[in-house]
Amino acid sequence: MTTRETLPVHVRINGVEYERVVESRLLLSDFLRDTLGLTGTHVGCEHGICGACTVMLDGQTVRSCLIFAVQADGAEVTTVEGLAEGGELHPLQEAFREHHGLQCGFCTPGMLFSALELLRDNPQPTDREIREGIGGNICRCTGYHHIVEAVKAAAPHMARGPK
Amino acid sequence: MKPPAFKYIRVKSVEETLSALSEYRGEAKILAGGQSLVPMMNFRLAQPAVLIDINPLKELDYVRVEDGWLHVGARTRQRTLEQSTQVKGKCPLLAAAAKWIGHPQTRNRGTVGGSLVHGDSTAELVLVATLLDAQIVIQKKGSSRTIMAADFFEDLMTTHIDDDEFLTQVSFPIAPARSGYGFRELCIRHGDFAIVAAAVQLTVSENGSFSDARIAVSGVGPKPLCIHGAARALVGKEGSGDRFDEAAARVPDEVRPVSDQRGSEAYRREMARVFVRRALDDAWSMMRVNQ
Repeated sequence: MTTRETLPVHVRINGVEYERVVESRLLLSDFLRDTLGLTGTHVGCEHGICGACTVMLDGQTVRSCLIFAVQADGAEVTTVEGLAEGGELHPLQEAFREHHGLQCGFCTPGMLFSALELLRDNPQPTDREIREGIGGNICRCTGYHHIVEAVKAAAPHMARGPK
Repeated sequence: MKPPAFKYIRVKSVEETLSALSEYRGEAKILAGGQSLVPMMNFRLAQPAVLIDINPLKELDYVRVEDGWLHVGARTRQRTLEQSTQVKGKCPLLAAAAKWIGHPQTRNRGTVGGSLVHGDSTAELVLVATLLDAQIVIQKKGSSRTIMAADFFEDLMTTHIDDDEFLTQVSFPIAPARSGYGFRELCIRHGDFAIVAAAVQLTVSENGSFSDARIAVSGVGPKPLCIHGAARALVGKEGSGDRFDEAAARVPDEVRPVSDQRGSEAYRREMARVFVRRALDDAWSMMRVNQ
């Protein structure tokens, strides 16, 4: 293939409209980080195992390294940059800070979205359900215990919080 | 870890998909959930020249109950199987198995058709389709055919589908009255590939003996195997712990596992027996609760 195909993408990210022309092979994760400079989404394994690149696509968590940017055309994406509102951390972020739900922070953006979806679908999860909900996100600091604590602590505040 | 370049085609109907497949025959791959294909492209194990993106095909996103069958459109997300009240009500084994497919984040995206076509020998949907004799509808330009799951899954990661064909639907028989199921999976951690998985469905007649017994195991061969000898040992008999021990004892002789880094041949043989035994118990206690 001599010339690489490029296509237009029109996507709404954290409430802001973006229009770009990208190569069809560009991953959504690289589109967010490299094309748009939204580096809050982290890229770990690039084959859908680690969960670091998890974002919300039309209200559902997805691995952004397993979706092409062109597939997000017309979609609504939320990244970690979109969680805090008006300088106030999201209740889940607040709980992660309060309960030491992160050490190095690499897995945190993905963890937040997995936990967010879990609490949306199941507002009062058991410890086991929390562990299953974040089972697709790997933390190399082995901080799972505190992450579970943080998610549990955030649960009662989610109903009151934004989103 | 970046995928190679490809031509991207977004289709809006099954018709358009079939035309594109026929036009790019051999060069094109269907892009559905992408949870197996995109990792393979990122590793450059797959380098299709053309991707036909079927994600916009809402017409293949459905769960329908009709004439004793649960019809599922190929583009239905795996997450739907887990959450749909129709699936839970009419084919609860399918809903239970779906929870073992990867993680919520991959099930949100992964599709039913994609998992079947990919044909991973330890995939939960492949196992359930084999156990229940699911019927698979495959279309190509100008024609359509229906194939039984047992014939569709040919060999390791090999399915009976041509370059210009498109899997559009899979149909599972609705769980019979007075039936119970069990689904057990052995894996290192939840969401990981199964080392061994067992699925069973037991049905009793009005006199209390088994009128039908189905047992299938994955992780013990190039595709899931129905354990006919073990199932035959139950039909016409009444359920009891001893009877289940006897049936499960036949499992090791009926499987042909190979050793790999996740389990030796002997271990898989033994675990197949253990997990069938546990799944039989699950099915049996479910039936007793329902009676």
